[in-house]
Amino acid sequence: MPAALAADRIRHSRRAFALTLAAGIVGLLALAAGASADPLTPESGGSPNADSIDTLYKVVLAVAVVVFFGVEGVLLYSLVKFRARKNAVPAQIRGNTRLEVGWTLGASVILVVLAVVTFVMLADIRNPPNSDAAGFPSDRVENVQDASAYQPRTPNGRALNIKVNGQRYIWRYTYPDKDTNALNNAFSYEELVVPTKTTVTLDIQAQDVAHSWWIPQLGGKFDAIPGHTNFTWFKIPEPGVFRGQCAELCGRNHADMVATVRAVEPAQFKSWLARKRREVDTADKLAQTRRKELQAEQAQGAEAP
Amino acid sequence: MAATDTAVLVPEITAHSVEPEPRGWVSWVTTTDHKRIGILYLVTTFVFFIMGGVEALLMRVQLGAPDNTFLTPSTYNALFTLHGTTMIFLFVVPIMAGFGNYFLPLMIGARDMAFPKLNALSYWLLLAGGIVFYFSLFFHPPEAGWTSYAPLSNASFSETSGIDAWIFLIHLTGISSLLGAINFYATIANMRAPGMGWGRLPLFVWSLLVYAVLLILALPVIAGAVTLLLTDRHFGTGFFDQSQGGDPLLWQHLFWFFGHPEVYIMILPGFGMISEILPVFARKPIFGYKAIAAATVVIAFLALLVWAHHMFATPSATVVLVFFMISSFLIAIPTGVKIFNWVATLWRGTVEFKTPLIFAVGFISVFLIGGITGVFLAVFPVDWQLTDTYYVVAHLHYVLVGGSVFAIFAGIYYWFPKMTGRMLSEGLGKWSFAFMYVGFNVTFLIQHSIGLDGMPRRVYEYPDVGHLALYNLISTVGSFILAAGIGLTVVNVVRSLKHGVKAGPDPWKANTLEWFTPSPPPVNNFDVVPRVRSVEPMKDIRRQVARQSEAPVEVGAESRH
Repeated sequence: MPAALAADRIRHSRRAFALTLAAGIVGLLALAAGASADPLTPESGGSPNADSIDTLYKVVLAVAVVVFFGVEGVLLYSLVKFRARKNAVPAQIRGNTRLEVGWTLGASVILVVLAVVTFVMLADIRNPPNSDAAGFPSDRVENVQDASAYQPRTPNGRALNIKVNGQRYIWRYTYPDKDTNALNNAFSYEELVVPTKTTVTLDIQAQDVAHSWWIPQLGGKFDAIPGHTNFTWFKIPEPGVFRGQCAELCGRNHADMVATVRAVEPAQFKSWLARKRREVDTADKLAQTRRKELQAEQAQGAEAP
Repeated sequence: MAATDTAVLVPEITAHSVEPEPRGWVSWVTTTDHKRIGILYLVTTFVFFIMGGVEALLMRVQLGAPDNTFLTPSTYNALFTLHGTTMIFLFVVPIMAGFGNYFLPLMIGARDMAFPKLNALSYWLLLAGGIVFYFSLFFHPPEAGWTSYAPLSNASFSETSGIDAWIFLIHLTGISSLLGAINFYATIANMRAPGMGWGRLPLFVWSLLVYAVLLILALPVIAGAVTLLLTDRHFGTGFFDQSQGGDPLLWQHLFWFFGHPEVYIMILPGFGMISEILPVFARKPIFGYKAIAAATVVIAFLALLVWAHHMFATPSATVVLVFFMISSFLIAIPTGVKIFNWVATLWRGTVEFKTPLIFAVGFISVFLIGGITGVFLAVFPVDWQLTDTYYVVAHLHYVLVGGSVFAIFAGIYYWFPKMTGRMLSEGLGKWSFAFMYVGFNVTFLIQHSIGLDGMPRRVYEYPDVGHLALYNLISTVGSFILAAGIGLTVVNVVRSLKHGVKAGPDPWKANTLEWFTPSPPPVNNFDVVPRVRSVEPMKDIRRQVARQSEAPVEVGAESRH
């Protein structure tokens, strides 16, 4: 091979290498730029299930980082070490059964570990704990009809149960009470007010298209599918406001279908709920009065001409 | 610039065309030659790629700033529906068919596909699907996303004809792909060169075989699903309407039973290309040929068993969640095996940094990230946080852009000389790679954090909270760098068609039979089909020639005109 050409080839591979390296560094910088304010893990801090998911994520992340740097490291090393050079002879190797079996088993072991960790942590994520003694006194939650799906139950069966209904483009919350007619129950839109130190279970439904309930700091997403009931729970230790939004495309204003959870002290919640019930009662009475007035008007109208 | 500085003169058996090559546009419309159909596929799908790319850029401009008003909600929803549908059904899947059309017969030593006329029909159905879909722009484009979830896609919530255009696109491109798949399968099964047993099939052909089988298994399901949707929309059947005894979740199951194999339909041929390109430029046989071929088959089998991992947030029994987590974990194993074998192929080779190799290595380095984030998403409690957020957007783009698109570009740079007889510029190619690689990572790496910070996908605007504004701006800037990189390759292709260095039959000193023909190959491909004695028949031929002529004739770059 003429020397000039060999030099050209070396220059070529060096430039290519420099290029790859530069790209890699920029990629890392982009990562570093983002490495402030918890950009590497999910939101958490509002409820134990969200915290457990965060922990599980970190476990996977730890394994992932090792695999990532291991593989990228070997890749980069082989590119640098085995780049074409004068008189270099490529080894004519076609494979190695031991190595194949080894990395297949290695990958399997990693995944078995991840599966085991998931199973161990699953109970904390899926099963709600009891409310604290200082929490809002709540009733036993009766099983809803959709028995095939999973419904979270606290060990003592007591929790504050709230029905969440997704509709374009707002969330409606119903607080069931002894009145079996849901229309007479207290309700609110957009902002869900809940007591602290209390396990809150949500029955999630949709009345038009599919939506998805998601308050990142209070746990994962649960789709609201017409004709189905989905479940989740949270238990908020301290008063606070948690924001989220619909996470399943539901139409043009999907981006505007927001939700807020406001956690207040149990006593405060009690008075809020009582006020809401009074509002419903007052509205009912108003409707009765209005009906009587209308009847009276109609009766007058019938006599007049 | 010279493609290779030295080349052993191969006295290839020059094919003498029996009849003169037909010319003019009529010859293109009426052609049944697999190579011309391949070119038609490649050019058409690349045009759709550009259209899908422009749609993506428009979305990124809208998201470049919080509470932006550049696009209306309905335009934005139409854009992501067009973008996703275009990239999947009109770009990645059919461009793989394009490469397959051109190179499958050449690589197995066949003179054409098994059914040339069916092959032409496949192409024209694809084009028809694209036209039906894009003409909805003049009426009402669909707005329900590429997944078109019921009930949103039902007549009550999507009254306009956009969804119907989408349904017809699925039908037309679906039939196109099915016919193509049957053709690939028949060709591979029946038309291999003498001596080319299953153990000597090039790995790209292995991947096409599995691609074809997956298409045949998955497409009828989506065809059935969109037909049910069509009758729901127009004849009141209510298959996906819970108030009429139907179920919206039925749509999700049917869609993803197709949708997840579709992911592997889009990536497996890319894997195949990488498995062809790495050994050529490492000057070393592929490491673990059997393992890679077997991994391809295992991936395809598992691909049929993982669909509900797209539905972890739906009301699901724990046993369902666990099953689909485990099956999704399992698919990571053969995928990992492939990556390890590719790295092992480079190990102790002599790696020549030509553009196809650089794209192939770029592919491995970013596809790995897509694979790893896939494991996060398979852990269903973690998925509850990540699904339907920008984390998933980042993940799927690491798989489909970092994976498929980088592989496609590696394929373009590798095979362009064979298709046109001219080399693409190495300099421009490397610049294109640099822009694409940096732009891609700047665009999508940060989107993991956007998703972790709580931004759902498919939202036309977002509030100015936390770092969302900064992160989205970074992503938008990156998307334009990526676009510039793609633009450089377009320029490269257009320039090199006329001005590229003449390639000769075998510029890379490659391993497979397509390099045995002149560039571009004549209509009948081969006058004499060589007997295949290994996985690297072209290497054997070069050796044989060298032996016969005693001393290999070395020629410098100046001999290339």
